[in-house]
Amino acid sequence: MSNASTKTSGGFPNPLQWIGAGVLGTCQELGRLTLFASRVKFAAFTPRWFGGEIWRQMIAIGFYSLPVVGLSAIFIGAALALNIYTGGSRYGAEQFVPNIVVLGITRELGVVITGLMLAGRVSAGIAAEVGAMRVTEQIDALKTLSANPFRYLYAPRFLAAVITLPLLVIVADVIGVMGGWLVSVQALDFDSTVYLRNTLDFMTGEDVLAGLIKAVVFGGVIAIMGCYHGDHSKAGATGVGRAATLSMVSAAVLVLGLNYVMSTLFESIGL
Amino acid sequence: MTLSILELRGVEKSFGRNHVLRGVDLDIAPGRSLVVLGGSGSGKSVMLKNALGLMTPDAGKILFDGEDVTHDQGKTREAMRARIGMLFQSAALFDSLTVWENVSFRLIHADGVKRKEAKDRAIAALKKVRLGASVADLRPAELSGGMQKRVGLARAIISEPDLIFFDEPTTGLDPITADAINDLIIEQVKGLGAASVSITHDMASARKIADEIAMLFEGKIIWRGPAGDIDHSGNPYVDQFVHGRADGPIQPAI
Repeated sequence: MSNASTKTSGGFPNPLQWIGAGVLGTCQELGRLTLFASRVKFAAFTPRWFGGEIWRQMIAIGFYSLPVVGLSAIFIGAALALNIYTGGSRYGAEQFVPNIVVLGITRELGVVITGLMLAGRVSAGIAAEVGAMRVTEQIDALKTLSANPFRYLYAPRFLAAVITLPLLVIVADVIGVMGGWLVSVQALDFDSTVYLRNTLDFMTGEDVLAGLIKAVVFGGVIAIMGCYHGDHSKAGATGVGRAATLSMVSAAVLVLGLNYVMSTLFESIGL
Repeated sequence: MTLSILELRGVEKSFGRNHVLRGVDLDIAPGRSLVVLGGSGSGKSVMLKNALGLMTPDAGKILFDGEDVTHDQGKTREAMRARIGMLFQSAALFDSLTVWENVSFRLIHADGVKRKEAKDRAIAALKKVRLGASVADLRPAELSGGMQKRVGLARAIISEPDLIFFDEPTTGLDPITADAINDLIIEQVKGLGAASVSITHDMASARKIADEIAMLFEGKIIWRGPAGDIDHSGNPYVDQFVHGRADGPIQPAI
């Protein structure tokens, strides 16, 4: 709807038309995104697969994210231990540091931090790459060469993210717990053996599983948001930059929102 | 009567209130070279994208070798794409692939040709456009603009198509390189016996590669004739465009 049609004769915006246009625009965008995501998932789970592309994306998304995920996890684990110690000491409950660190890392922080880091590094990267391909007609070229962009470009990124994010979360869980252990032993005078034994005794398979299920969902969301915003990128450097920003922001918000929804769901089913 | 390899009948396309194509009628006979002229924003690229199936017309029909492919995205469209080649304005080479992988992309990913054979055929196609085997393992970013166009041309001809589209093939090239690209286009198109549709506003290129020239203005074909008639078309719009005058019925797009 044009600006002209949302204004009254006096030149002021008509609030109802303005709201209506916003709602319609949002519905259209959600419809496009849903359709796009459905096509990506269909392409990902039906033949034909481009194995070389999937492998290349697994290296780009998974392997090259290891440093940022590892660094983030160790700092989060360390800070978590310090804060739990500070809070726990008010009630004489310092001994629960290893228990709460491993619970917080495996169920929430490991996967959320990994998701947020990848929303920035991977989702924005995919959007910029696909956006550049869109504006330089490389996606049109793919179609004229009888290659389906959903199978050749988007499905490999989706599968790579869905496969590698849980692996990264396992790494983040281990490094995050070790960050807590390091601070507890070096700065808070915990006994190393006791700390690790408490950690292993308290950790359950369900805690780890909950994080890994979230990781699969976050991987899909991060890849789809990158591909979607890149595919719908407008021309020029501004258009590609905007696609990357939108992708990162929307992926990050969805990671946090879905994390809450899934935590609630897991809690209700006892996972 | 010769069947057209490509026919556009009353093709219309709008973007919001912007009516870009207002009923384009065009046909191309096998083995003929048609150049479509038109100013910036006249709808040349939109027409090409509709013909290629990258956009769907709002109205009208697109026939390829007699078959209606207007709304088809299935086997008929795929069969069409297997018989066409396309050289994009910016060459549109895939950054992440080497030159030979770009050239043989269709062979590997659509035709199932083994990589070893595909590389040999890519090097042979590069040779046809005067590029040596030494460029085969380079990345597109390591090539000059003229070399990228040659690689794009090699990619367009490798599967020996019946119809090749050229989108502004000489844009951004110096006159000597542009002339070399024109020569290669003529040589390869004639060598294959293919039909070609080129869109350009480079008159030197149009005069050199065209058997026929058509003029697109305000979303319609307003003139069409043999390339030799372009200088005495009797159409004031064509005259103004051919002679590059600011004064005339066509308002400059600024």
